Amino acid sequence: MTMVYEDDEAASDVPVRKIRFTINGQKKIAEVEPRLLLSHLIRRGAGLTGTHMGCDTTNCGACTVLVDGAAVKSCTMLAVQADGHSIETVEGLASASELHPLQEGFKQEHGLQCGFCTPGMMMAAKALLARNPDPTEEDIRWALSGNLCRCTGYQNIVKSVLWAAAKMRGER
Amino acid sequence: MYPSRFRYEAPHSLTEAIGLLHDGGENAKVLAGGQSLVPLMKLRFASPELVVDINNVPGLAYHTVDPDGTLRIGALCRHVDLERSDVLNPTMAAAAPLIADPIVRNRGTLAGSLCHADPQGDWASVVLALGGSVVARGPNGQRTIALKDFVHGPFENALAPDEIAVEVVIPAATGTRQGGYLKLERRVGDFATVGVAVAVETANGTVTKAGIGLTGVGGSTIAATEAARALTGQPLTPDTISRAADLAAEAARPRTDHRGSADYKRHMVRVFTERILSNSNGTGHEEKAA
Amino acid sequence: MKVDEIKIGGIGASRKRVEDDRFIRGKGNYTDDIVLPGMLHMEILRSPLAHARIKSIDTSKAWDIPGVHLVMTGEMMASRNLAWMPTLSYDTQAVLATDKVRFQGQEVACVIADDPYIAKDACEAIEVDYELLPVIVNPDQAVAEGAPVIRDDKENQPDNVIYNWEVGDKTGTDRAFEQADVISKLELHYPRSHPSPIECCGSVADFNRATSKLTVYMTTQAPHIIRAAVAMVAELPEHMIRIVSPDIGGGFGNKVPVYPGYVCSILASILLERPVKWIEDKSGNLISTGFARDIYLKGEMALRRDGKILAVRMHTDADHGAFFSDAQPSKFKLGLIHSAFAAYDIPVAHLTARGTYSNKAPGGVAYRCSFRVTEAMFFQERMVQAAATDLGMDQAEFRRMNFVRDDDFPHRTPFGFLTDSGQYAKCLEVGLKAINYQDFRKKQAEARERGRLLGLGISTMTEPLGAGNSREYDILGIKMFDSAELKVHMTGKAIVRTGARTQGQGHETTWAQIVAHELGIPAEDVVVEEGDTDTAPFGMGTYASRSTPVAGAAVAMVCRKIRAKARRLAAHLLEVSEEDIDWELGRFYVRSAPDRGVTIQECALAAYSNMPDGMEPGLENTAYYDPPNLTWPFAVYIVTVEVDPATGVWDVLSTVAVDDCGVRINPMIVEGQIMGGLTEAYAMASMQFITFDADGNCVGSNYMDYLLPTAWETPGYELHSEVVTPCPHHPLGAKGIGECAAVGGPAAFVNAVIDAISQTGVRNIDMPLLPDRVWEALETGRDVSGAPPVKSS
Repeated sequence: MTMVYEDDEAASDVPVRKIRFTINGQKKIAEVEPRLLLSHLIRRGAGLTGTHMGCDTTNCGACTVLVDGAAVKSCTMLAVQADGHSIETVEGLASASELHPLQEGFKQEHGLQCGFCTPGMMMAAKALLARNPDPTEEDIRWALSGNLCRCTGYQNIVKSVLWAAAKMRGER
Repeated sequence: MYPSRFRYEAPHSLTEAIGLLHDGGENAKVLAGGQSLVPLMKLRFASPELVVDINNVPGLAYHTVDPDGTLRIGALCRHVDLERSDVLNPTMAAAAPLIADPIVRNRGTLAGSLCHADPQGDWASVVLALGGSVVARGPNGQRTIALKDFVHGPFENALAPDEIAVEVVIPAATGTRQGGYLKLERRVGDFATVGVAVAVETANGTVTKAGIGLTGVGGSTIAATEAARALTGQPLTPDTISRAADLAAEAARPRTDHRGSADYKRHMVRVFTERILSNSNGTGHEEKAA
Repeated sequence: MKVDEIKIGGIGASRKRVEDDRFIRGKGNYTDDIVLPGMLHMEILRSPLAHARIKSIDTSKAWDIPGVHLVMTGEMMASRNLAWMPTLSYDTQAVLATDKVRFQGQEVACVIADDPYIAKDACEAIEVDYELLPVIVNPDQAVAEGAPVIRDDKENQPDNVIYNWEVGDKTGTDRAFEQADVISKLELHYPRSHPSPIECCGSVADFNRATSKLTVYMTTQAPHIIRAAVAMVAELPEHMIRIVSPDIGGGFGNKVPVYPGYVCSILASILLERPVKWIEDKSGNLISTGFARDIYLKGEMALRRDGKILAVRMHTDADHGAFFSDAQPSKFKLGLIHSAFAAYDIPVAHLTARGTYSNKAPGGVAYRCSFRVTEAMFFQERMVQAAATDLGMDQAEFRRMNFVRDDDFPHRTPFGFLTDSGQYAKCLEVGLKAINYQDFRKKQAEARERGRLLGLGISTMTEPLGAGNSREYDILGIKMFDSAELKVHMTGKAIVRTGARTQGQGHETTWAQIVAHELGIPAEDVVVEEGDTDTAPFGMGTYASRSTPVAGAAVAMVCRKIRAKARRLAAHLLEVSEEDIDWELGRFYVRSAPDRGVTIQECALAAYSNMPDGMEPGLENTAYYDPPNLTWPFAVYIVTVEVDPATGVWDVLSTVAVDDCGVRINPMIVEGQIMGGLTEAYAMASMQFITFDADGNCVGSNYMDYLLPTAWETPGYELHSEVVTPCPHHPLGAKGIGECAAVGGPAAFVNAVIDAISQTGVRNIDMPLLPDRVWEALETGRDVSGAPPVKSS
């Protein structure tokens, strides 16, 4: 395929860096300006718009993804820093045939309303469950205290994560 | 939300990193956790021309205790590593879970926090109270800077433009360690309205060493030295604790603003100092504003 | 053979949500997700100053930056008559500043570039020369001698007063006050707050020169209102404008007004003939878009010694910011503030209201407020608490005594509203029992002996939801009906479209449940669409909890039209006359031979293949619903807290909510709405507010200072749904619910803290009850105000 760009002096002037990373198991190469935020690489570069941006001060957590398994606010990481690393977004939760228990749990327990904070919540919850497969309500509230929700009041989000944890432990 | 343009380097060794800073001039910044620097750059409060990312430098992500008890924290030791650690003194153990929020703690570093020198940063008070230091490495070698000399003012540290903070050192305890960190935050992730770090060592019921650091109640982190001095050589009794708390409050230089009046903040310094010293293990979880 | 209504997802089924399927996969389609070929990006340059004359703007350096396509200023907009636009309250608002800036954050210029990074670079390169002017941050300053006139752009605006308004019976009220044994007074400031959904506002404007059609994808709760506004402002014909509201990441009223950013993106697209995307950042959202509240309330209650309320007097001063742009029914200058005290049997009342300009962002009506009902109910419950305290009466007993009784409906409130249904006393009993009221009072007394401060706060209210009847309600002259269009396909599947616009309330799930209820078509066989003005029937959008009351009613009514036609088809298929036919869910049958029947699906097929002579084929219809009255849900919220006397920090011990919103279409969704509302109530009561310093700098213009509670601080809730008083005029007996807890909740939290520190005699602490304010109250024994300008040293 051929890529056609605007013939603009500026385009050749801007320093870009070639990076290699994995996203949801797929290997990618990208050429990015150093100042590009990781969240923009994910949303615009990779076209995965499930990761959302809700603030500009690293508070809301709507942009949360997993980088090498750890929850990271992708708006506060530079895309260039993803070079050599592995990213997981909400689009990678479901397998080809099945939803992830977290996705099921959020639907079962009405853990979302507008859906905007949901991908970030689920990714943060996934990281929690990887370390703590049997969390208490307090554990969940603590682990999700970096993710803001305006719609639900959190009570059903907690129930959703408990539902998922039980399923992942084979109790459902 | 969109940083200005900058050049970016991701060296694989400290020597390389220092060299890049040396050549980079006044306007270069070190990027470790990025949880303070990147937000500033997004708001364009910081617009460095060169960013030197040290995340690919191996061997910096440790925190270890020497045989003599000295705690060494590498430049890339993340807040979360400390939150999960079981080798921390009570003051640091109380503070670690209160830094920012759980996700930010996955990336942010203690060393980076100290370098950032935000008057509302928690770690500086903690390290100050513990009498800790920062090890800086530059083209001419390494030097150790006591934290009281490391923070020069709000967002100003003692590093030369071509120096990198490679390690934070907490001296070994000679007595039994007590202490804690209490922080008034209105919600998780809020900057401290007031934070108090207390680190005390006792032997035979007497305080042999004391340090008190105050967050958010002055132009930069404050060492409540009079309060600490008043405790040294004394047993911890309600009277001595109360006296120390008074002195700690006097050391605070808070401003009245939307977070509260100066009187209130000074009062909270007193309350927190007293509570930590009375409980001997002031934890942070309960001390959140509703 | 009757279909089981719950099984098919009818009313009362806690049906899992249809919209979840795409959201949990990260496949929502929010405005910022939209990418169109050739799309450019717009960023806005905002004023750093609250009040300043613009001496000059130099955009030359911005134009020079590679990748910049267009730089727009107020001067450029003015040459096209677009520098100012009408607001929803018959005022005007600057799109881009021309003569001066009137609030910090006001839009001064915008840049359209290849990507938002470049656009931001270019904004930074624009040089603006300002000349400072004195700043006004509250109504007292606005009307003070020598105050600068903020709206010197308007003719006939000699000062900063927007309106004076009054309602009620002054003479009767004055007379009642003369008879009072006790007069209870209260004064407070309901601080400026902001709805702050997580998703910011934005638009993708796409003007297609080849078709002359403008399509705007945008975050809007009311696409048809926007279409009308755009037609007016951009002077494009209405039929060539298509507004599409894609998935919205929360609205709460923030996404109703027309913002300058939308207008600029539209003009840019027209000029450049390319799609232009504008997505604001959170700081822009907080500092400039539709805020809520910022109102000073003063009240007096005339009381008889035995506790009967004789009259109420209220005065309000509303600070509207620099432009009067409230989205509210045009007849009422201060929305439905006069719905206060609707639940109490008070014979007479009088309210005066004044609105003023200030150097702050425009607005006032937003944030889950039902058109100022939040202010009304908060003040009501704070006054009720103060009155009971002044009388030395128990809080619950005082309310019970003054409630409108079950058999007093319909009831005319002292301000002229007509409430029609409720079981107030029963709701209160349920709540008191759930919180173990007597027990708590005992524990509270014991704890006080030991120096621990426990408190309990009650808030009870009925509020008017579902604006509204065409006699009384309109926005800019357009009546506030709503609509539903239903098409039943030949296999009995269906599509319903309404003029509402869900932002998380679950319409895609619940409107289908209404169809299931009315027609017996399984909810999963019904798809719901909203938000595209090309296809959705005309409606006034979703806010003020009006969707179930109005659009939901329209859904029911259109189903009944369909059912009436299906009945004729059934008669034809069964070869009997219509009078011989009865209906049970999903099926018509012959009354005298019930085994002979046809399903609704069979009727649908017949509409396409076997019509009786003379019948128009097809099974589709539209209904427009003009609600006869508002609906009146009732709620009781009770909160218990403990206050730490040393620090002023308070923790919630328990929260009980008893909501009577009539028939609940989807109980799970209703509960979700209540919990969300309670959390916003908690947020406002504890930590969330916007204020200003003496220079007009906005404090609370980003998430570091504008505090939303996280899962860690937010309490848990015990919800009760035992009391159900159907709405007598709604086709389904349903009432609105989306905002109730945000309206009634804050007073419960505040009353609890005030109760906890009652030994100080303090009657009021302005929200948010931050620890430093509670401590100040404890230390000084005086009321604590939080009104701007913020104190500083």
